[in-house]
Amino acid sequence: MSIDTSPVVDDATRLTTQPTPAAPAGPSQGRRQLLAPVRRTWRQLTSMRTALLLLFLLALASVPGSFLPQRNLNPVAVQDYLRANPTLGPVLDRLGAFDAFAAPWFAAVYLLLFISLVGCLGPRIRLHAKALRTPPPPVPRVLSRLPSTDRWESAAEPRAVLDEARAALKGWRLVERPGGLSAEKGYLRETGNLLFHVSLVGLLIGIAMGALLGFKGTVLVKEGDGFANTVLSYDDITPGRLFDAARLEPFSFQLKDFRATYADNGTALTFNADLTYKDDVDAAGRPYDLRVNHPLVTGGAKTYLLGHGYAPRVVVTDREGNELEQTVVCLPQGPEFISTCAIKVPDAAGEQLGFEGIFTPTTVQDPETGRVTSVHPRADAPALTVQAFRGDLRMDRGEPQSVYALDKTELVAVDGGTPRTLLPGQTWQLPGGGSLRFVETTEWATFQVTQDPGKLLALVAGTGMIVGLCLSLFVRRRRVWVRAVAVPGPAGGQAPPGRTVVEVAGLARQGAEAFAPEFTALAARLRSTAPPAPDLPAPDLPAPALSPREDST
Amino acid sequence: MSNAALAGLSDDLLFVTVLLYALSMLAFAGEQAARRSKQGTVAASDALLTRQAAAARTRVMAGGPALPPPPVAPVAPAVATTRPSRAGQAGLLLAVVGAGLHTGSLLTRGLAVDRVPWGNMYEFSSAVALSAVVIFLVMVFTGRVDRGLGAFVMLPAVLYLGLAGTVLYTAAGPLVPALDSYWIKIHVFAAILSSGAFLLSGVVALLYILRARHDATVAAGRAPRFPLSMGAALPAAPVLDRVSYAVIAFAFPIWTFAIIAGAIWAESAWGRYWGWDPKETWSFITWVLYAGYLHARATAGFKGTKAAWIGVAAAGALIIDYYVVNIFVVGFHSYA
Repeated sequence: MSIDTSPVVDDATRLTTQPTPAAPAGPSQGRRQLLAPVRRTWRQLTSMRTALLLLFLLALASVPGSFLPQRNLNPVAVQDYLRANPTLGPVLDRLGAFDAFAAPWFAAVYLLLFISLVGCLGPRIRLHAKALRTPPPPVPRVLSRLPSTDRWESAAEPRAVLDEARAALKGWRLVERPGGLSAEKGYLRETGNLLFHVSLVGLLIGIAMGALLGFKGTVLVKEGDGFANTVLSYDDITPGRLFDAARLEPFSFQLKDFRATYADNGTALTFNADLTYKDDVDAAGRPYDLRVNHPLVTGGAKTYLLGHGYAPRVVVTDREGNELEQTVVCLPQGPEFISTCAIKVPDAAGEQLGFEGIFTPTTVQDPETGRVTSVHPRADAPALTVQAFRGDLRMDRGEPQSVYALDKTELVAVDGGTPRTLLPGQTWQLPGGGSLRFVETTEWATFQVTQDPGKLLALVAGTGMIVGLCLSLFVRRRRVWVRAVAVPGPAGGQAPPGRTVVEVAGLARQGAEAFAPEFTALAARLRSTAPPAPDLPAPDLPAPALSPREDST
Repeated sequence: MSNAALAGLSDDLLFVTVLLYALSMLAFAGEQAARRSKQGTVAASDALLTRQAAAARTRVMAGGPALPPPPVAPVAPAVATTRPSRAGQAGLLLAVVGAGLHTGSLLTRGLAVDRVPWGNMYEFSSAVALSAVVIFLVMVFTGRVDRGLGAFVMLPAVLYLGLAGTVLYTAAGPLVPALDSYWIKIHVFAAILSSGAFLLSGVVALLYILRARHDATVAAGRAPRFPLSMGAALPAAPVLDRVSYAVIAFAFPIWTFAIIAGAIWAESAWGRYWGWDPKETWSFITWVLYAGYLHARATAGFKGTKAAWIGVAAAGALIIDYYVVNIFVVGFHSYA
């Protein structure tokens, strides 16, 4: 027994709803000719070969995006790549290789694939719907041609044989006609197949909805500070093309405390952000412990913990004794959290003041060079090492300026630019007046807020894909026919003993190995109900139609 | 037992496992060699059968009387009827004991670190190898596959484990926060199970190609030379094709589930369910290639060797997904 032969004996044994190319039935000859190339293209596009080709193209088109840096994942790496490859880089950039999954060529492949899929799905859904309403086909005239057959004669009544067959084929779709019993099972295979492919389309729609209607924003919040969900509150926002700012969830939160724990070797163990949040403008504040893998859900929006760092609190005093308190966000530069920061005091009396600082959470100073560094990300021995500058910070030029760096073109270093290391509570009296005091260490965290209205559809579609896949891979479509025909005894006999010719045949489109025992069990069950009667005189029948099994012996 | 002692025991068990797998491979190879020497006489009749089957098929296609499908059986017994060899039985026993110790190695590792034993590349590779071996053994014991394939299955298992235990070895330790979620149990377990099956199917697909080319050479009246000569002792080509398909059909829904579970996890850990992170991209490429394999097997002109090559390519994509992406590409999955 083999599996992949399709013995198309007649329509009854066709066990697939895969459409056969039908002759086009156009309204008029002229229009048909005009449409012929369109038709041909459409047929070609929806053929399995094209679908296969497009699948491989899709796999191939995904490769560059995985090896070249991508803007949406790491824009800095893209800049580095462009700098390192001045000739190849711009060419790749022109081709969209750094936004590979948004590039037109990538979209072309998957859109063609989905058009091909939809074009294929339409007819198949129609055919399957028809197959679901059509009873199993009548018993073929010659059953012995089918891959699984059994035939014997018995003294049992035909009715008893058919009733037993009906009982044995419980759960199958049964139709009894004068010619015998037809049974079919495994329609769920094609149902599953269609469900899988329809789900794929649903998934694409879900993804598209997220990309068009959703939005993503990130914001940095210092301990003690708050955040209200408005477009202007974000440091960085990526709205979908059709995103409506009015659909932002009206929530807000305050970061009360951020805590990170580390193993002795510096590996991070846990991150916790203690929040008080409000679902709505006038809702009561509720506490929430925001962690990695544990986002805050408010309506359709989700807030995630993205990153963290240190924010030393300093007090700058100017020449006139005015105190200006600042909490300075420092950017971590490595796993030990050596962090860089800039302190800008544009309102200092007289000349503006600026400081460049390096924050080290677990500070170690080289006894010879005096250089400070950090050996652990935990703030065990925090220190702030600063250089001071006086002059013009150039903040009023209308040019964008980084908060994390000083523009030193019109600044003069204080004390010859000698860095000074401050421990918490220590103050540096600047030569020429003013001072800087490192008050204490606080922390900041970055949050990402997302709204993705296509997410639920994508999840439902994903579930549909798995269910559909399992059905289409593990359900087997098969047909069984049972014929029990009473044959009169030898001519002239008085009240001849009834004889019944029982024929059973089966056909499995898939999984012939699994069907064989199933078929054998069915035949055996029928044989026990209608035991073969070998001692009966030979039937007075015309020789059965020539079957290949006989001519091959 | 202390955690350190458990971790040490885990390492020792892995060492013994590699040893047992290697011995099992040698035993299976011995059985193969014995079969092949016997095959010398069988090969001629084997070729005859192949030719007859081919002739029968052409007759069907030519529209002649619809023959019942040419039975596969007469080709297969050449292997199945050889009397059980001691070497083969020993190979099977060694593989079973090896798989038991291998499981023990993972269990003790898990107990030592008090978490699932698949938190880094070393543990993951070890678990994937175990998955492949266990799936193979289950198939042998349920009569779905000839144990003669053992040598070809144990060889990559030994290499894989050897690589895991040396190059990728990571001392027992806790998880980084991003991995600390119950999804690691679900997502990674599904990935391990399906990866083991996929790698197994890749081996079987290669063997199928070997056997098919061996048959073609014999049918053309030429003597197959190494490595094609190894094909003589393998199960019949359609059997190998079916085994490879069955394993992929088993693994594909699980792989799909692994990707979807990963997307759900990514949604709760990183704020998006899909972001074309290199690991996600290669999982997707692997998925697309296996989808291609399943379609190819049902498409005229792609059945047989072409489909098998797709299966091999897909297994290659899977290997890139784990090793090339983890070691050479920086992404969200870089820690594992």
